Amino acid sequence: MRVTQGTFSFLPDLTDEQITAQVQYCLDNAWAVGIEHTDDPHPRNTYWELWGMPMFDLKDAAGVVHELNECRKVHGGAYIRINAFDASHGWETVRLSFIANRPAREPGFRLTRTEGPGRNIVYTTQAYVTDKPEGERYG
Amino acid sequence: MADAGELVATEQAPAPDLIDLKADIEQTGVAEVLDKLDRELIGLAPVKQRIREIAALLVVERARQTLGLATEPPTLHMSFTGNPGTGKTTVALRMADILHRLGYSRRGHLVSVTRDDLVGQYIGHTAPKTKEVIKKAMGGVLFIDEAYYLYRPENERDYGQESIEILLQVMENNRDDLVVILAGYADRMARFFESNPGFRSRITHHVDFPDYGDEELMAIADKMLEQQNFRFDDGARAAFAEYIPRRRAQPHFANARSIRNAIDRMRLRLAHRIFSAEPLVSRDDLMTLREADVRASRVYSGGLAGETAP
Repeated sequence: MRVTQGTFSFLPDLTDEQITAQVQYCLDNAWAVGIEHTDDPHPRNTYWELWGMPMFDLKDAAGVVHELNECRKVHGGAYIRINAFDASHGWETVRLSFIANRPAREPGFRLTRTEGPGRNIVYTTQAYVTDKPEGERYG
Repeated sequence: MADAGELVATEQAPAPDLIDLKADIEQTGVAEVLDKLDRELIGLAPVKQRIREIAALLVVERARQTLGLATEPPTLHMSFTGNPGTGKTTVALRMADILHRLGYSRRGHLVSVTRDDLVGQYIGHTAPKTKEVIKKAMGGVLFIDEAYYLYRPENERDYGQESIEILLQVMENNRDDLVVILAGYADRMARFFESNPGFRSRITHHVDFPDYGDEELMAIADKMLEQQNFRFDDGARAAFAEYIPRRRAQPHFANARSIRNAIDRMRLRLAHRIFSAEPLVSRDDLMTLREADVRASRVYSGGLAGETAP
């Protein structure tokens, strides 16, 4: 099951060229760009791991793409997303966030139905990959 | 789909037989930058010559690319050597502009750093620091002032070496993304290159900045005054012409920078003189530096040597 989230979730995966162009758009707007990765695909998992610090004061997308490729070398089998932060209000706000890398195979989610009091059904989704411990989930 | 379309387009477009280099130079605005360099920077004839040569090389290289004679992109890393105040940073800024206009640098910005910005304080601090600076400079020019401080042979545990290794790697692998300019005193740079052959072999353009002559410094002073809406009267001009060789003979002479500092001090004296005289001043009073303003310098009375008080 293809996990989608963020700005371009309805589009096919961006090519590297398109990623570069999007990052350049962020930098032209003076947004700081950060890279994050995770191997827990649950939609409620909002706190991903930082790949280095968000990058401030960059002029050219080459620096971000370089870091993205470094991150792919280590976490190429997991999800990597790019976030752009706008500080013009005095605090950092996410302006753009999109997935830049995904695992080759995404097994999807198990739906667990639990019968509660009064025959209420409580639904839980759990990613199949999270049966395994962190770091061993993909590839 | 887009890729396929582009491929077809490049195949169909016939390579032109003739390329007008003049038009190319005009169109990119490089001629304008070079003229500005000529007009605004006094002296530095050999430097201007080298910059023109490099610009010509880049224009020709572009023409070759258009005609399908494309070779490897030229290596553009440079080293600027010369005494302080000879215009290395200014020329580096212009160089960034030229590279940008010719399409060899995507953004054309200049990131100016020294050892402190590249080398960390403790183990594991240097690599992220250097990489951060490199990322900021990508798409533009990284100007490393007093680059020889990166290498400290007397301390084998110095973190500068780590920074050097990262820089060398980037200079080799990211030639499209980044142009590195190293700057510093000629003799120390020569020693730096001797002990770091990796740098020497990756830098193609060595540009030497000569010291300014006395007349050139006078012309620089005139230009600075003009920009700040001041002028010398005749006595002051004669006194300042005398000041320049005297200042040169003293320690810590820094060419144009010394001239700028001297002018700042003369402005101070001018202000003080006017302020302590009559309260009514004319436009002329506020603009004209008199001989007394120049002569008050301690350069005339034996100078800085041995003195500590200002």
